[in-house]
Amino acid sequence: MEIKADTTVCIGAGMCALTVPEVFDQSEDEGTVELLQKVPPQELEDGVRRAVTLCPSGAISIA
Amino acid sequence: MSDVTFPMVRRRPLDPPDEATELRQQGAMHRMTYPDGHRGWLVTRYSAARAILAHPHFSNRQELSHPPLPSQLERVRMQRERKMPAGVFLRMDPPDHTRYRKLLTGQFTVRRMKALESRIEEIVNAHLDGMAAAGGPVDLVQMFALPIPSLVICELLGVPYEDRAQFQEDSKLLLSLETKAEEAIAALGRVMAYLYGLIQRKRKEPSDDLLSGLIEGGELNDEELTGVSFLLLVAGHETTANMLGLGTYALLTNPDQLAAMRDDPSVVDNGVEELLRYLTIIHVGPIRTALEDVEIEGTLIKAGETVTLQLPAANRDPSRFPDGDRLDVTRQAGGHLTFGHGIHQCLGQQLARAEMRIAYPALLRRFPGLRLAVTPEEVPMRSDMGIYGVHRLPVTW
Repeated sequence: MEIKADTTVCIGAGMCALTVPEVFDQSEDEGTVELLQKVPPQELEDGVRRAVTLCPSGAISIA
Repeated sequence: MSDVTFPMVRRRPLDPPDEATELRQQGAMHRMTYPDGHRGWLVTRYSAARAILAHPHFSNRQELSHPPLPSQLERVRMQRERKMPAGVFLRMDPPDHTRYRKLLTGQFTVRRMKALESRIEEIVNAHLDGMAAAGGPVDLVQMFALPIPSLVICELLGVPYEDRAQFQEDSKLLLSLETKAEEAIAALGRVMAYLYGLIQRKRKEPSDDLLSGLIEGGELNDEELTGVSFLLLVAGHETTANMLGLGTYALLTNPDQLAAMRDDPSVVDNGVEELLRYLTIIHVGPIRTALEDVEIEGTLIKAGETVTLQLPAANRDPSRFPDGDRLDVTRQAGGHLTFGHGIHQCLGQQLARAEMRIAYPALLRRFPGLRLAVTPEEVPMRSDMGIYGVHRLPVTW
């Protein structure tokens, strides 16, 4: 699983950082998504899928 | 095809209106005649509501929409005659909305809200001390549910808390569905004038708060700053306060769920999500208007048509939340639509979560014998307000 994050559409809702803080963070200034790891360990994949579903703006996706 | 009109009443205080539930069972989209004669839509199912909230062809601009309630007609007409206040970015589309939202997102991150937790705990504990000192019965709304979010948003924005009485009164007038149009416009004017004056004062004497930060940032003029602070102040007042009031009522009338929230810290995060889903205090709306023809789940919505989303019914949709009419604090309730979805999803949601995660367990642990001081039927519900909840919640312990 590889994660993609698009900060141009991110609205800083923070659902990703709340759901999988090991993988997602928010930038200090703009609150937009920051990827801590592009390829998450297998045990976090379910959480990442949930974060993708919860993201309100479609800023994160998995390939 | 059925033809729906508003308003709808929640006959059982914790459940969506029966009409809305019946409509959801029939389908996702329903023809609805608006009070001004417009033929638009009512949306009652989860997936359709979510799709509309995320769709770029649906606008949130007030001047394009038709109000679903007869009582709002006159108010919206009067508001349109005046210019929409600058800075109220909830009612804007991109790129105008994007500009404002980006200025604020950094202030409401998960990390910032976590940093606020110890201050929220202090505020919660001070109010629990106040309740204990007063002795029961007390009105939980006045002593706990309203003052805590009020104090937190005032501190965060930099609004002097001693000024709260007037704008709490005005915010109540603005959010009541029964306020006469002239009164609502006057209340709006008073809050705006107050905030405009506050911004002038802060320009001269800045301090370490969000409004001062926005002023120093230099991106917004005074009118825009007034609109932004109006939106944040009103949103911060009525929403979390009603979640705390109605949520406590829901727990007191569901003792097994109350016990879980009180005794099992691992339940609390999810329990807060479940209360948000189950109660869906957004009583009317959101409302959107199609900018172009859009097909949603096989139904064509034409350009110019207004859609009203019935979120209380959508959040109980059994295809998304099995056995959705049951309050179950252990259910995976994430993904509910109470904070909205799409680009307008609530900016303050992480603040609201932090407040609720701290306040509910603290209240229930401080007063393990907490109970209603009246019968459940005697608690006055906010059916007359845009944000649902309890007007008063007499409790004792």
